[in-house]
Amino acid sequence: MSESISEAPAPAVAATGLPAGPAGTAVHRGRNDILHYGLRNKKLLFGLSLELILVLLAIIGPYLAKNPPMEITPYPLQHPGSKYWLGTDLTGYDLYSQLTNGLRESYLVGALGAGCAALIGMALGFIAGWRGGWLDEVLQMITNIIVMIPSLVLLVVIGSYLTSRSVLFEGVFIGLTTWPWVARAVRAQTFSLRSREYVDLARLSGKRPTSIILKEIAPNMASYLFLVVILLFGSSMLIAASYDFLGVGPNNVASLGWTMNQANANAALTYHLWWWFIPPGAVLCLMVFALLIANVGLDEVFNPKLREQ
Amino acid sequence: MRRYLTRKLITYVLAFFVGVSIDWGIPRLMPGDPIQGLVSRFNVGSSAAYAALYKQFAQSFGLNVPLWQQYLDFWKGVLTGNMGGSIYAPGATVTHLVFSAMPYTLALLVPAILLSYSLGNRLGAAAARRKFLDNSILPFGYLLQATPYPWLALVVPYLFGSVWHLFPTAYGYDPGLVPHFDWTFIASLLDHWFLPFLTVFIVSLGGWAIGMRNLVIYELENDSSRYLRALGASERVIRRYAYRNASLPQLSGLALQLGVVIGGNIVTEIAFNYPGLGNLIFHAISNQDYFLLQGIFIFIVLGVLIANFVIDLVFIAVDPRTRLSMQGATA
Amino acid sequence: MSVSVENLSVAYRSHRGDVTAVDNVSFSLADGEIMGLAGESGCGKSTLGNALVYLDYRMKASGGKVTVDGKDLPISDSNAMRSRRMTEVSLVPQYAMSALTPTRKIGRIIDDLLKSHRVKDRDKVMTELRRRLELIGLKEDVLGKYSFELSGGMRQRVTIIMSSLLNPSLLIADEVTSALDVSTQRAVGEMLIEFRDRGYIKSAIAITHDLSILAQIADSIAIMYAGRLAERAPTSVLVDSPLHPYTQALLASLPEVGVRHDQVTLSGIPGRPPSLANPPAGCRFRDRCPFAFAKCSETPPFEEIKPGHLVACWKASQEHAEMAGTGRGLPLKEQV
Repeated sequence: MSESISEAPAPAVAATGLPAGPAGTAVHRGRNDILHYGLRNKKLLFGLSLELILVLLAIIGPYLAKNPPMEITPYPLQHPGSKYWLGTDLTGYDLYSQLTNGLRESYLVGALGAGCAALIGMALGFIAGWRGGWLDEVLQMITNIIVMIPSLVLLVVIGSYLTSRSVLFEGVFIGLTTWPWVARAVRAQTFSLRSREYVDLARLSGKRPTSIILKEIAPNMASYLFLVVILLFGSSMLIAASYDFLGVGPNNVASLGWTMNQANANAALTYHLWWWFIPPGAVLCLMVFALLIANVGLDEVFNPKLREQ
Repeated sequence: MRRYLTRKLITYVLAFFVGVSIDWGIPRLMPGDPIQGLVSRFNVGSSAAYAALYKQFAQSFGLNVPLWQQYLDFWKGVLTGNMGGSIYAPGATVTHLVFSAMPYTLALLVPAILLSYSLGNRLGAAAARRKFLDNSILPFGYLLQATPYPWLALVVPYLFGSVWHLFPTAYGYDPGLVPHFDWTFIASLLDHWFLPFLTVFIVSLGGWAIGMRNLVIYELENDSSRYLRALGASERVIRRYAYRNASLPQLSGLALQLGVVIGGNIVTEIAFNYPGLGNLIFHAISNQDYFLLQGIFIFIVLGVLIANFVIDLVFIAVDPRTRLSMQGATA
Repeated sequence: MSVSVENLSVAYRSHRGDVTAVDNVSFSLADGEIMGLAGESGCGKSTLGNALVYLDYRMKASGGKVTVDGKDLPISDSNAMRSRRMTEVSLVPQYAMSALTPTRKIGRIIDDLLKSHRVKDRDKVMTELRRRLELIGLKEDVLGKYSFELSGGMRQRVTIIMSSLLNPSLLIADEVTSALDVSTQRAVGEMLIEFRDRGYIKSAIAITHDLSILAQIADSIAIMYAGRLAERAPTSVLVDSPLHPYTQALLASLPEVGVRHDQVTLSGIPGRPPSLANPPAGCRFRDRCPFAFAKCSETPPFEEIKPGHLVACWKASQEHAEMAGTGRGLPLKEQV
């Protein structure tokens, strides 16, 4: 079983398997190398540009809306048109406004969730991989247990007791339920890097552990961790959408999942109000898609083995 | 093998323990008073009646006994299958409701997982082989992976139901029929089953294809494949071996993905108003039926553990290393 | 001549241009000859050996040609090579420890290989396989085991048996003793000789950085440095009277068993081999050579100085010419 592709796929972003991990030899690849391949990698360029467009939309979009997302306009059930670009819903909410605000919310939750999971996962995974022994066993056990608890249902149970939920809460909850994936991956990488020759060399020459970690291991893991965080970001966004759709997302926040929830609850399907539920999901899909493609491209840039043959 | 199984079983027991404890602990850790919320729905006028009702609920929640006894009582309930009575459907026990809904959920989950897994694996392996296939399957796979469950759960019934009128978009069977085993009923069941199944199937497919593709590509470049090539083995043999090797981590991945698929399943059921566990959760939320929610949670945890165990057994059958316990699998 | 390699160059593609790992190498092997190919890490010996069997997609061969048993070996054409692999040329890889796929029993792997080559009468081959296993002391039940169930030494021997099963004319053994303890090294070395003696393999190239093992098993030795051949001679000649300064330094740096550090200090060769991405002009050993002189800025030809003894060194060719000229056979002082 290879050490570089951990068995644990990212939640929601399913079994992509992880990026291939630092290449066999400890080549501290020059930045020129990465830049050279990076600028030429079609997947990376495509993914980055698409994502950039969407980010711009998230930043600028809401300023172009005529109404705040939760403000009831006097024109419900409008088809997309010149006045309301994405139309309005049953209550009269401006759907363009909801979409662009939803974009912001998604990015926010994505960042929160990914950040939390990354911090916890990297810390624990690294400790487990570096120290090994019983500490590793315990952490592995904890990881396995958390993985088996269905987080959606858990959130539903928790959420039903809470009357007010914030974006922060949602983000942190996602972080707390997805860190095991990161921890596993980081642990596997740490294990494999720990036993590489150059680490032994550093140890033999008497360098202190922190110095070894910083100078030898971290640079090689950095690219890997970067890829992991990107996957995490996408997965957090998708998970948040499901939570919001179920109604256990943050209150009074017009998120993409919430808009779809509203559409479903108000029989938008029966009334053919396609502009209510198709744009939010489509945009979310594109956001994650761009991330995934960019991720694949970036993986190729970091790992020569994967490059075009 | 024995060591592997023992380790796994310990993990499962612990996980169940943690799951039940969390389930018990949540209502007690949450801010606010759930009983107050319940009682307030009854709009009781007099304070005496309020107090009496409150006491009644406290008793049924078991909150009038010391904490440790509540915990033990909870465990007793779990182990005997008595999870209390439902508030949303008064008179029905939680266990009964769960068992009525479970077949529908399983009918969605099991075929969807099995089919998306096997088809996804084959697609992924095919993509790993030919560059041309790779260029078409890969972006498609990523697109599927990026598709949010809720969105597809709305688009699919919209297209197939509202627009093209091919399939019904709600309920488990025609509400006009009485459930019994005749052909009309079964046909109606299948008719209503198809779209939700399709939704869960499609979203899961992408992930498996991509994962398998990456794994197969990796295996095709590893030492054992290189050796076979150096000895002039046919590409078919090399591919077959790579596929075999790649199936193992992919199988481990399946166990880990269960939570995600269950989540997606719940979302789908709610969108389709399909009478499975997901829909039950939805009703429980709307009616603040805490007993029902907690009961469903336990059952789902149990289900996940059992499924994990089954996959572990399959893993043993498929991986000679675990079977001969030369190296325990690291999963 | 059983094997002949003429002017072979092998380069790795990289976005910065091609890196020539093997530069214009020529040699030949007689039937039944085991040639040792030695040199430092990165000198190109592994690339050379592997290129004769399987040319990676990242590598490209240019220049000369390779002939085995009088027939042309199309090393650049992977498809054409497939039928010749294992049957005419075969490889025991450097990564033999992980070369056997972990999810298939050994016997099954061999069976699949035989099927790939459309070997008629597989049963006969399997019987022969069992005989060879017994010959080297491996039990027949190895065929029913998985690779991870075998020790390192067993795995190495199994790969050698596998690679030589169809009696190839040329066997490339890449670092077959490097991962083993001394007694297993000896067993593997003897196995190679035994196989050659019995005709299971016709000739072999043993690639290693360990000269001492070559002294035991090789009929002749070729030394490579920075992608080029430095010297080639029959084993006893090379060990007793090496002509190339690099070979001399290599031999001098070998520790002698029983000798202590306070008696003899080990000498290494100061400096490092040149980068192959941008190699210096002329003799590549120049910077590290204690005998370098002006002429060394030209590339010395790899030529036969004495019968069967080829060297690429100006000093050696000069001395030889002078000796041949003066007829006195006295060593002369080097010119600076």
